[in-house]
Amino acid sequence: MPSLWPWARRKAETKAETKAESEKTSGRPSMAKPKMALYWAASCGGCEIAVVRLYEKILDVANTFEIVLWPCVMDFKYKDVEALPEKSILLTLFNGAIRNSEQEHMARMLREKSQVLVAFGACAHLGGIPGLGNVTNRREVFESSYRETPSTVNEEGTYPQLSHQMPEGELTLPEFYDTVRALNQVVPVDYYMPGCPPTKEQTEKVVQLLVQVVTEGAELPPAGSVIGASEKTVCDDCPRTREEKSIKAIYRPYQIIPDPEKCLLDQGILCAGPATRGGCEAPCPQVNMPCIGCYGPAPGVVDQGAKLLSAVTSNIDSRDPEEIERILSGIPDAIAAFYMFGLPVSLLRRRKLEREAATAEAVTAEAAQ
Amino acid sequence: MVSGNHEPTIIGFLCNWCAYQGADLAGTSRMQYPANVRPVRVMCTGRIDPTFILKAFAEGADGVLVGGCHPGDCHYLEGNYKTIRRITMVRRMLEQFGIEPERFRLEWVSASEGARWAKICKEMTEQVKALGPLQWWENVREA
Amino acid sequence: MEEPRIGVFICHCGTNIAGTVDIDEVREFASGLSGVVAALDYKFTCSEPGQLQIKETVEKERLNRVVVAACSPRMHEITFRKAVAEVGLNPYLLQIANIREQCSWVHKDGNTEKAKALIHAAVQRANLLEALERREVPVTPSVLIIGAGIAGIQAALNIADSNHKVYLVEREPSIGGRMIQLDKTFPTLDCSSCILTPKMAAVGSHPNIELMTYSELEEVSGYIGNFKVKVKKKPRYIDAELCNGCGICIEKCPWKADSEFDMGLGKRKAVYTPFPQAVPNVPVIDRETCVYFEKGTCKACEKFCPTGAIAWDQEEETVELEVGAIIVATGYDLFDPSPLTQYGYGRLDNVLTSLEFERMCSATGPTGGELVLKDGSPPQSVAIIHCVASRDKNYCEYCSRVCCMYALKYSHLIGEKTDADVYQLYIDMRCYGKGFEEFYQRLSDEGVNFIRGKVAQVTDQAVSDEEKGKLVVVTEDTLLGRMVRIPADMVILCPAMVPRADADEMAKRLLLSRGADGFFLEKHPKLEPVATVTDGVFVVGCAQGPKDVPDTVAQASAGAAEALSLIDRGKVEIEAATAVVDEELCSGCKVCLALCPYNAITFDEEKTVAEISDILCKGCGVCVAACPAAAITGRHFTDKQIVAEIEGLLADVKPPLVAV
Repeated sequence: MPSLWPWARRKAETKAETKAESEKTSGRPSMAKPKMALYWAASCGGCEIAVVRLYEKILDVANTFEIVLWPCVMDFKYKDVEALPEKSILLTLFNGAIRNSEQEHMARMLREKSQVLVAFGACAHLGGIPGLGNVTNRREVFESSYRETPSTVNEEGTYPQLSHQMPEGELTLPEFYDTVRALNQVVPVDYYMPGCPPTKEQTEKVVQLLVQVVTEGAELPPAGSVIGASEKTVCDDCPRTREEKSIKAIYRPYQIIPDPEKCLLDQGILCAGPATRGGCEAPCPQVNMPCIGCYGPAPGVVDQGAKLLSAVTSNIDSRDPEEIERILSGIPDAIAAFYMFGLPVSLLRRRKLEREAATAEAVTAEAAQ
Repeated sequence: MVSGNHEPTIIGFLCNWCAYQGADLAGTSRMQYPANVRPVRVMCTGRIDPTFILKAFAEGADGVLVGGCHPGDCHYLEGNYKTIRRITMVRRMLEQFGIEPERFRLEWVSASEGARWAKICKEMTEQVKALGPLQWWENVREA
Repeated sequence: MEEPRIGVFICHCGTNIAGTVDIDEVREFASGLSGVVAALDYKFTCSEPGQLQIKETVEKERLNRVVVAACSPRMHEITFRKAVAEVGLNPYLLQIANIREQCSWVHKDGNTEKAKALIHAAVQRANLLEALERREVPVTPSVLIIGAGIAGIQAALNIADSNHKVYLVEREPSIGGRMIQLDKTFPTLDCSSCILTPKMAAVGSHPNIELMTYSELEEVSGYIGNFKVKVKKKPRYIDAELCNGCGICIEKCPWKADSEFDMGLGKRKAVYTPFPQAVPNVPVIDRETCVYFEKGTCKACEKFCPTGAIAWDQEEETVELEVGAIIVATGYDLFDPSPLTQYGYGRLDNVLTSLEFERMCSATGPTGGELVLKDGSPPQSVAIIHCVASRDKNYCEYCSRVCCMYALKYSHLIGEKTDADVYQLYIDMRCYGKGFEEFYQRLSDEGVNFIRGKVAQVTDQAVSDEEKGKLVVVTEDTLLGRMVRIPADMVILCPAMVPRADADEMAKRLLLSRGADGFFLEKHPKLEPVATVTDGVFVVGCAQGPKDVPDTVAQASAGAAEALSLIDRGKVEIEAATAVVDEELCSGCKVCLALCPYNAITFDEEKTVAEISDILCKGCGVCVAACPAAAITGRHFTDKQIVAEIEGLLADVKPPLVAV
């Protein structure tokens, strides 16, 4: 448990004060509200929506905390945050993966300024969908985005530059990295909230816990925990009936109309549920869509994709290598199927990089060609 | 990439009843082969979690060799069939990661095939050496 | 978990290891590894003083884990486990690093580096080892023997004589197997039936042997000491209780079929005993041939049977047995030489296999013991071709062991019964056994012609007068250095001895391995020739590989001794390195359920978790690798232990990373 908590005290100490303090929403009249920051790095914005979906409970957040940074919703500037002393922000909810130098900079800054840093959502937890960018590299991404796409008009073949001199001064852009990283691959992280995005119910629970920590001195789970999730897999949440597995074919969700009562994997649809941490109440299987693994690996599992691969392929009902190949061609893209959310935190992390310089000069030199 | 000079390190996962015994037989027969293959003994290739294969590459192996019983001869009856199913997919995935197929081999070596084991080790060491070092830790280190 | 205190013991094995591995460097290296508090070396660690070194160090340094870097664990893991157990350390807290068979003996360069890596891996694993206890289960004191040829008969008598119950199951209507098909046996030329029938009679009347002929094994389940077996008894359509063996039904039956016992050379009736000395002496009605089953007519047998023993409505019966050990004595088949068209088997007249020839020689055979060609005349010359499909890269690479000797035997029998010239076409003469070389000398003296060469073809196309109307054996005579053509009236082929056609099925039922040659695989070629990898199941006789009668009898008794040792013990230890499900982590996905070939995994519908029987579990780890939630732990081969080994092996390859 993090030390130096002026706001969160042990349960025993606060018992006497709880009654007197409980009327006051902020908890301590003599101290200012604890600070909170929410930041988005390489993300889609869904995690912001997840927070906003607290509806009226967002007022509890606003009443308990003083928000000092929330680019999506409020107008604080980076320099405001930079000016804060170390460890002066109690809680930061950081969503999104780290894909460029600005995001890395903010991650490091917020780590320095925060007591508790929570990797909020799949992208910060695991790398997320942006993490699939690890099958490629900057050169290929730029070529595709800025030159090759049919609707792009870019006769000079310009690429984004790290800096550009204008008469008015120097314009800069963040450096785009070859490799997408999860938050804990850049800075140490205190807690992880999985989900793409974390469900409304789980977000509510965690926010409630955090509010209680501040107002009543409730205890936090051990540092490094995954919170807002269960210790089992999605199968534990999923109401479908499961049988012994015998996979004779693998279907994409559009290819068959699955029986809504039976396990999707039993019907040949690749469902990541068995290899994914639960706690989401299995909303996807309940609308006839397979789980794609957004809550990350089950507790104790190092590499989610490897385990899902093992579970699914072990039950292929054939001994003939050719037939096995044929059945497995129902999974045309193995990385996407097994590492939809977790590629950056997997054992191999990314496709082999060609050994090219990743410096600013090289980027400039490329564009000049 | 420097190829041809670097001595590759290949991690072998050998099943206790066939491949490991075959490798032992190569030893008792004093067959000579390069020292590049470092074995891990498991009871059955069916025990091999794809995680181990990825871990070996991530920890710096230049190649991974899985040695098991011939199909139909698995000491535990069907373990090697499960291995075929898993390895088929692992192989495809490794290619997507940019790991050349020659770096990952699945071989059936029975307890009496000491010579075959020595030959496989020789061949694979040569092939992987020609590909050069993989050094996956370079891949995931930020510049 | 307690702090690991690991002792590393490095063996020189004389110069076997020390000759190519720098022991001092390795010992220094080991002493610096995490968890290691002592690193020692010794010339022969498996010896008494070597083991004493380990034991003393365990006590002196309060070691709680031991790593021995020496020969393969398959050699001495048991030795060292016993040694550490004697000083109170759980035997599963021992890890062996194989730096001999897979290091010092096979490499010229890099031995020391590899030895260090292997020891590093072993130490990493040792840090994570856990103590395990072996369970004991009781043993059912009876034995099932499958196959009642000489091997099964011998084993049955040995076990039954020791006052233990034997269930002897035989597929054919009578016991006797292949040996009863033989005429005389080499090298003594004993009459095969004469030496076998007393044993057959002993089996038939032994109070401890329950004989089930015309029966087949259907299903086996369970584990060592506690097998549950289902045997299917095929209907004879004759009530064995009422039948007195008079044979009138056989005499009166008008319908015939090819005799399987005579290898198709003769005929038998629809109701038949395969041979006169059959045990039990109860005939069988062959449903395929008997016209009653087809049309409902005849019933001659029923009409004439004095005891009313014909039972048309007899049905298949399945019995369930519980036994402690199983002996497989299912014997062999002969390779069908038809694919070797160059020898003309099946196409040319008077080309016979060895078993066909045996039946012809036998007094109870289709010709009453006379050697005749298809046209009834005696042969003037006989050629015996060795190694038909044996020692052949295209068919069976192995040598069938008995053919050289029985070919010599035939030479003698032909000489006895006819005036024919005998030609032996051989590659080598393999006369290795007791009395064999003397027999060979004897036959040379009897005027048998030995021609060394692999026969190219047997043809009926004559190129000269003396070849007309005969078969011509075309072969190279390597000692003369030229091709020769040998006119012969009869050609006898010595086909390879091969496993029974349904060996595959049997192997699956009993969870047996088969070697590259297809015969059931023994546990160890030198030290455990009758045990198999399925504990409690033994394989004896030709089912394990080609051999002659004396070797078969010896092996059968060996199998009986092992089976007796098991069932007499009363109890047996069960492997501890099994898989176990953590109910807290299992979500009931059922991915593991279909994966276990031993049916050790069941599902608890109430708790919605998987369960593994640690008696049935063999510790293969397939379910452990498949579980997507890492809810199944493979004891003694856990994920963490294996990953630690991988890290140890690569520790000198990967530079330490800068931490994030």
